[in-house]
Amino acid sequence: MLLAKPQPWHDPAWPGRVTSTVIFLLLLLPAGYITEFNPAVFFDATSLRASKQFLATFFPPAHSLEFLQLLVQSAWKTVAIATVGMVLALGMALPCSLVANRALSLSRLGRHRMGLLPAIVRAGIRWILSILRSIPELVWALLFVRAVGLGDTAGVMAIALTYGGMVGKVFLEIYEAQDTRAAEALLVNGAGRLQAFCYGTLPSCLPELLSYTVYRWECAIRSSVILGFVGAGGLGQQMELSMRMLNGGEVLSFLLVFILLVWIADRISKGLRTWID
Amino acid sequence: MDRLRTRLTITCGFLLFVLACFFSLSGDWSGLFSRESASRMLELVTSFFPLELSATFLRKAAYATLETLAISWIGTLLAVIAGLFFALPAAHMWGAFLQGMARIVLNVLRAVPELVWAALFVIAAGLGPFPGTLALAVHTTGVLGRLFAEALENAPREPYLALRRHGVGPIAAFSYGLLPHITPQLASYTLYRWENNIRAAAVLGVAGAGGLGQMLYYHMGLFHFHETGTILLAMLLLVGLVDTCSNWLRMRAIR
Repeated sequence: MLLAKPQPWHDPAWPGRVTSTVIFLLLLLPAGYITEFNPAVFFDATSLRASKQFLATFFPPAHSLEFLQLLVQSAWKTVAIATVGMVLALGMALPCSLVANRALSLSRLGRHRMGLLPAIVRAGIRWILSILRSIPELVWALLFVRAVGLGDTAGVMAIALTYGGMVGKVFLEIYEAQDTRAAEALLVNGAGRLQAFCYGTLPSCLPELLSYTVYRWECAIRSSVILGFVGAGGLGQQMELSMRMLNGGEVLSFLLVFILLVWIADRISKGLRTWID
Repeated sequence: MDRLRTRLTITCGFLLFVLACFFSLSGDWSGLFSRESASRMLELVTSFFPLELSATFLRKAAYATLETLAISWIGTLLAVIAGLFFALPAAHMWGAFLQGMARIVLNVLRAVPELVWAALFVIAAGLGPFPGTLALAVHTTGVLGRLFAEALENAPREPYLALRRHGVGPIAAFSYGLLPHITPQLASYTLYRWENNIRAAAVLGVAGAGGLGQMLYYHMGLFHFHETGTILLAMLLLVGLVDTCSNWLRMRAIR
């Protein structure tokens, strides 16, 4: 009697699948209703006419000499905003991540538990970093446009704060994923915290820190374009103006330059990262 | 020696680049860290309090939160479907020509940011959450399509080919031979994008595409700071909630 029983035809996992499908559909309907999901709006007469008119202005892309100058200028500005924002973000993330690094705790040495005050300080910094990065950079940019006025500074600050939060958190994770024994040995033997960090932790994690920074710089270029849409300078601000005036040719040129810029940043970042590794 | 020289060149070039960036921005950097601008920032933050908590406003904010959630959710869902649709040719399932075409399409979709898509769709379809949903869906299709294609390329082909050789149709062979290998990966990519999209959906409203962002833009423009504070709080809560949900689902999906 080694013959296997005939296999049933139905799916053995069906209860779970049916339940998840039903839940899924139940959620889908109200969500579709809330988002006013209706592809027909694209095809009614007025919007067809509007999109046709707008699309017709897309070709040829704008290419007068003054416009090209503006294009290059605002593209450079976008890169500058991203870079300066990233430098400020590092200026915030490095000290924060150093202070919050658990491996550099002196009070923990030998007793496996941190003192109360150091633990509170470390948790507080982690908390601040987490709030900084939970607010989208666009919202920061809106706030800074209110506080310091239209222009590059708002974009720089928005990138600095959001990316400071992200980079700080990731740096902390990188430090704490390393073998902490080297730093601890240095601390036990009387080295200062900065020394213990520079000679115990940094050598093994520097490539990772650098390559993450370069990757974030690439992301910062992407987002600095977007920040321009709320008036924080650079390519996005110009693109928004052209879009408002329904000047498709200029929009297309801006888009092409943007895609080119992102592509170049992507190449540079990939090249640098392979070089670092 | 040679390595040292390249290192020096790259470092110097990098420093020059950073300096050039600092100087080409018009901002007054000394003013940024002055007491005056710090106090202005503090004033802005304190002006959020007390938060606006009247029942009518809370109801409106709750609806906008729900709208943001729905936008991110439907947008991600559409992107999963479309992404899978483009990932099949992009993973070299149907020949080199279609692969090239699919890759170009995915790259273009991905290169244009959500906010630009939203602005374009708002022109074509009018204000409201629907263009925002589509904008998210289109950009995310580009991102997910590429990730899915990579997952498909790395999955073992043998079970699929074995099924095909025994006369199973291509769709059934795909669903039983290939898809099960990559579902955990697909699920985890999808959840990751959902987390991203909730943040994006929260700000898409700036381009007039509904949700919390549109409310934020409106109230901030009118200097209604108490309302702005409430909306910011709602955003923080929503993002936190979605991150928690997505972590939980990811644990389940990967297990």
